[in-house]
Amino acid sequence: MNKQVTFKIWRTDENGGGKLVDYTTEITEGLVVLDVVHKIQKEQANDLAVRWNCKAGKCGSCSAEVNGMPKLMCMTRMDTLDISKPITIEPMRAFPSIRDLATDVSWNFRVKTKIKKFNPRKPDAADGTWRMMQEDVDRVQEFRKCIECFLCQDVCHVLRDHHKHEEFIGPRFLVYTAALEMHPLDTEDRLPELKQAQGIGFCNITKCCTKVCPEHITITDNAIIPLKERVVDEFYDPFGWLWKKIRPQG
Amino acid sequence: MATNYETHEFDVLVIGAGGAGLRAAIEASAAGVKVGLICKSLLGKAHTVMAEGGMAAAMGNVDDRDNWKVHFADTMRGGQYVNNWRMAELHAKEAPARVHELEAWGAVFDRTKEGKISQRNFGGHRYPRLAHVGDRTGLELIRTLQDHGIHQGITVFMEYTIVSLLKDGDRVVGAFGYDRERGRFRIFKAKAVVVCTGGLGRAYRVTSNSWEGTGDGVSLAYHAGAELLDMEFIQFHPTGMIWPPSVMGILVTESVRGEGGVLRNKDGKRFMYDDIPDNYKSQTSMDPEEGWRYTQNDKNAKRPPELLTRDHVARCINREVKAGRGSPHGGVFLDISWIKEKIPNSAEHIKRKLPSMYHQFMQLANLDITKEPMEIGPTTHYAMGGIRVNGDTQATNVPGLFAAGECAAGLHGANRLGGNSLSDLIVFGKRAGEFAAKYAKENPAGTINDAQVEAAYREAVEPFEHPAGGNSEGPYHVQSDLQNMMQANVGIVRLQKEMEFALDGIQKLKARAAKVAVQGHLEYNPGWHTSIDLKHLLTVSEAITISALDRKESRGGHFREDFPDKDPEAQKYNSVIAKAADGSMKLRREPIPAIREDLKQVIEEMKN
Repeated sequence: MNKQVTFKIWRTDENGGGKLVDYTTEITEGLVVLDVVHKIQKEQANDLAVRWNCKAGKCGSCSAEVNGMPKLMCMTRMDTLDISKPITIEPMRAFPSIRDLATDVSWNFRVKTKIKKFNPRKPDAADGTWRMMQEDVDRVQEFRKCIECFLCQDVCHVLRDHHKHEEFIGPRFLVYTAALEMHPLDTEDRLPELKQAQGIGFCNITKCCTKVCPEHITITDNAIIPLKERVVDEFYDPFGWLWKKIRPQG
Repeated sequence: MATNYETHEFDVLVIGAGGAGLRAAIEASAAGVKVGLICKSLLGKAHTVMAEGGMAAAMGNVDDRDNWKVHFADTMRGGQYVNNWRMAELHAKEAPARVHELEAWGAVFDRTKEGKISQRNFGGHRYPRLAHVGDRTGLELIRTLQDHGIHQGITVFMEYTIVSLLKDGDRVVGAFGYDRERGRFRIFKAKAVVVCTGGLGRAYRVTSNSWEGTGDGVSLAYHAGAELLDMEFIQFHPTGMIWPPSVMGILVTESVRGEGGVLRNKDGKRFMYDDIPDNYKSQTSMDPEEGWRYTQNDKNAKRPPELLTRDHVARCINREVKAGRGSPHGGVFLDISWIKEKIPNSAEHIKRKLPSMYHQFMQLANLDITKEPMEIGPTTHYAMGGIRVNGDTQATNVPGLFAAGECAAGLHGANRLGGNSLSDLIVFGKRAGEFAAKYAKENPAGTINDAQVEAAYREAVEPFEHPAGGNSEGPYHVQSDLQNMMQANVGIVRLQKEMEFALDGIQKLKARAAKVAVQGHLEYNPGWHTSIDLKHLLTVSEAITISALDRKESRGGHFREDFPDKDPEAQKYNSVIAKAADGSMKLRREPIPAIREDLKQVIEEMKN
């Protein structure tokens, strides 16, 4: 059955500002928000900028704020929204605008390059590879499900409200670091920079990131808190500190 | 005359940042040359992320009878022997090393009980061969390459589109394109260019490909003088979503069948038992119980017919639907929920083995695959054909131009086996990077021709000069008319008359495309981008149609209702397309070089 729906979509103007513009269109059964945005783009606003790729929740390109909630537009079914009222579609607000729904997320890519890369121990199996048990990689595999949609970064108040982009790497890159730190083969130590330059202390575990993660990664409990514990053990545990000073070397 | 465009200079320019492009860029930079990498989207978002099932590599971790010879023979059989046998050989031999290399770069594959990389069954592979991570193997591949590549000193250009390759005489010496954000045009000067632009599924209405799959690289290379090979072979994946309409075409991984999923028509019948091709009879089980055991890794069991090659399964589904035995929305049923009869706690098992599929159906179709069957139908998935390359070096016939991945042709012949795509990317991505770097070291930089640059610029921005209304229309309408026409006339079942109609239609659409109008300005303007994609889509559609008209037999991804059988004579040639001096598209049949004797023997040995 066809129904009318009104979308209030953020459109930028030439001066870097913008406003919500109303588009009313007819929708059929089974659509997602991205379909309706595309329909409007095709019929009413050919130049409406929106980023998307896979349309199946796998690439993490179409992140936006739907009625104020950070979501993947391709995975938000219209029948989960109240269409008796207009639906607002805005870009992610934690990042600078490029145009309309497209934001400049390049900061995320720069942050990643600063995190020390994977550094495996020497292969230890006879065939020149490694052995790893499934139960030892389950946790890392959870983190590696991340599709880099950056919705967790968008919702994080340290970035969104306090603009600590220079001092804090955000939930995405804490998950990325956790995946490296907990990788059974990795030999690198990333704790000093986690404490200092990457600002893990800014996270006060409000778990907003976990709530918006479309891959259902338990970001706070499984990644951030264990990393915080490691940092504490390394830098704030007096007995551990003493032991490191007096333990036999070599 | 100096041009006003900002110029970037590289030794090797890689166009496309999926698995093949990233792997090529990593290899070239490791060889010590300066590398630029063009991404049409953001880094790490390319269509490779969509690959689900795994990457085929005969490591023998799950079944030690597997080795490169079996993989080679499987690939040739799947490709119906029109493959580039040298590529099939290199691929089978080198894939295991490439997979282990990914592990050394941080990839975390699912494990066997002994802690090795686990391998799963897939259609057309004799033994469990696909290294995988649940059903998100493509994400693991691209993220591993991305996270390794960003530390290699590669210059990455995100959201850039190339509109033309630049030539100095016969040689490719660079590329010309724009950034999506601001619409600023740039010259990329390079001693060697590697095209890794992926697929062309957007030429069809129902496709698993994202908006990027518009055949850019194939079209850019063709217009720069490169030959195209076997463009008629398009893979229609048997299982795409068909309901609700907005998700039509999105892939349902073959792993569903690999894990025991069965296909049924509306009468509940497993129709795949009705039609098993002769060359697969010895490997296929007629007993459902044995088929189930195969999916659970019983080494002595033969595969169920649901795991026959994709071309065959897709046609069987098509037949059921046409005969009126389809599901309510015009497909058939794919059922994994039935395994509750076999496995306690099957819902958890399914969610663990097929997490993305569970979420995909739950979120997009509000359907729980652990409880209900899915409705599926064929979807345009993969181009076996593409740019003709040298099997060892991935060089095209144009000096300085290389190609790898889906946009290159040869490895898969008439039909690709599932899992052979991801391994293709890493095996031949590496080779392309290696040989492009070598070429760059051995050749001086060419000269950029300003007139070429200006012509490419004018062509790209021309749609802004067309007045809206009147004779002009928006690019989206032309694009959807093309997609509908290709879907209806050059699709899964083909006929001479329909394809002739399509070829004529493509000429008319070309005329319309030349007149499309776009509004607004150059900054992040999807209407304008579509007008550029459209030219590529028309080029590849024409090549597909011309090749399909010429091949008067049925083989792999090319099925003709008017010539339903294989023609042994047609097994001896490839279809080669090139641009003639007058600018028209010309096809010739090129004899396939005789296969090396030792490889011929491998194929014979594996026939039983």
